[in-house]
Amino acid sequence: MTKRIDVLKTYKIFIDGKFPRTESGRYYTLSNNGKGIANICLSSRKDVRNAVVASRKAFGSWSGRSAYNRAQVLYRIAEMIEGRRDQFVAEIISMGGSKNAAENEVNNSIDRLIYYAGWCDKINQVFGAVNPVASSHFNFSLLEPMGVVGIIAPADYSLLGIVSAMLPALAAGNPVVVLASEQKPLCSVTLAEVLATSDVPSGVVNILTGNTSELIPHLSAHMDVNAIFYCKNNPKEINQIQLAAVDNLKRIVLSKNSDWNNSAHETPYYISDFMETKTTWHPIEQIAGSGSGY
Amino acid sequence: MNLSFNTLDSPSVDKVGIEDRIARVKARSIKKEAKIKGLKLALNMIDLTTLEGIDTENKVKQMCYKARHLHDVYADLPSVAAVCVYPNFVKTAVNELKGSAVKVASVATAFPSGHSSLNIKLEDTKIAVDSGADEVDMVISRGRFHKGDYGYVFDEIAAVKAACGKARLKVILETGELGNYDKVRKASDIAIYAGADFIKTSTGKIQPAATLPVTLVMLEAIKDYYYKTGKMIGMKPAGGISNAKLALHYLIMVKETLGNKWLTNKWFRFGASSLANDLLMQLMKQKTGVYQSTDYFSKD
Repeated sequence: MTKRIDVLKTYKIFIDGKFPRTESGRYYTLSNNGKGIANICLSSRKDVRNAVVASRKAFGSWSGRSAYNRAQVLYRIAEMIEGRRDQFVAEIISMGGSKNAAENEVNNSIDRLIYYAGWCDKINQVFGAVNPVASSHFNFSLLEPMGVVGIIAPADYSLLGIVSAMLPALAAGNPVVVLASEQKPLCSVTLAEVLATSDVPSGVVNILTGNTSELIPHLSAHMDVNAIFYCKNNPKEINQIQLAAVDNLKRIVLSKNSDWNNSAHETPYYISDFMETKTTWHPIEQIAGSGSGY
Repeated sequence: MNLSFNTLDSPSVDKVGIEDRIARVKARSIKKEAKIKGLKLALNMIDLTTLEGIDTENKVKQMCYKARHLHDVYADLPSVAAVCVYPNFVKTAVNELKGSAVKVASVATAFPSGHSSLNIKLEDTKIAVDSGADEVDMVISRGRFHKGDYGYVFDEIAAVKAACGKARLKVILETGELGNYDKVRKASDIAIYAGADFIKTSTGKIQPAATLPVTLVMLEAIKDYYYKTGKMIGMKPAGGISNAKLALHYLIMVKETLGNKWLTNKWFRFGASSLANDLLMQLMKQKTGVYQSTDYFSKD
């Protein structure tokens, strides 16, 4: 019997629900202790452009569906990761991590998905308001998704990092373009395979691997990106984003806690960070103050 | 010029050869100054079009405003070549575009199906021309064409041409309904010999609309006629050309097939509505280095 040759996986990027290679044809080799693990796409600015176009196209189908259904889709992602638990654990270990830490990271990722899935249809119950006004109007405020959100995932985490970074914007109803961790990209690509089979509409999540500092200027200057969630702590990159984001007044959100296992990363305020408040003045018969206006 | 035309003279088209040439055109890439020049040229060749059942005078006015003010923050932009509307909106468009270089084109002859009697079609054409249209976009009778009644199709085009007077005539073949390249070639030859000033691929109402290979087949018909007679015929692909990259591919194809003489809006047009904004976004990208958003460009 001849020795069987393993079939190695080609790690590709994820744009518009498809798995293309980067248009640039470039790659880098990911290694651990001098041993090559995989070749990873080195995405280019044109991949960023394509991902943003796909996101914009997906905005209506994601923001427009019911919050309840968005919750179901996020929950489905958790179910699918559960089914691939062993693969994720093995990938984290291969990039350098103990078995315990890897299992812990996968568990936390699944729990975090459940946490944010639960918030989808509750965020407006908590953050929405009926406002008292001094004229005969029924005045109320609701939070709405703001548009395409660019996300720079944490560098030192693999699955937990990308999941935690993209969830608040997704739960809010925004499509996202994620720049995966350059050092630990394997789980990001496998996560894309999970998303492709989890009822997530194409284009809602786009995942690019590569050199983040090369891609950040293009993503943060893009006029069709409405917010940036930066989850690393490199002051030079933060400065770069702040300068580039000025043209269309992008919202910039910086993560405040670099321990992504910490439950401080489970907060509805992260969701409201990626929403815009819309206040409606609805004329009514009675003048508020002379009794109940609503 | 007195040229006899025999429909049997139309050559058959080398399908594999055409598609091979298109593959090479699509592999071309132009950058920097050449790209900016190409984008501006394409912008200047657009027939900004609205041909919807829900069109109103205000919709036409709005489009005419867009034709005159493509993107005012960008200095020295060319204007589009023309606006293209239904005959009953020609007067509105002429009025709105007074004093500008933008021409008014009108569809006519029972657009888009072309199913009506000849006298109605001629009347339709006259309404457009009398209202001040500079150009008339007619449709051929595809039903007659498929029946092999080429004489009827030829005579109809000739009659409409006569009704056009000074207005230039664009003949829409509706290639999406013709079936194959040989028929596209035959219809092109019929239109050209019957007096078309332009031949045009599509109404925009049928899929597929304009494609690169179909346009190349039509450009070849124009080239053969030019070699034979020395007379230039214009080309207008219409429908489905919505991004700048594709528009540049068309320009490359025209340059390589017919030469620089055709690279002006007198001889080449794009029938499109959303193409203008994509070209503007690309021009702004070249100027600022930043990818653009439709949020900052006016709708047509």
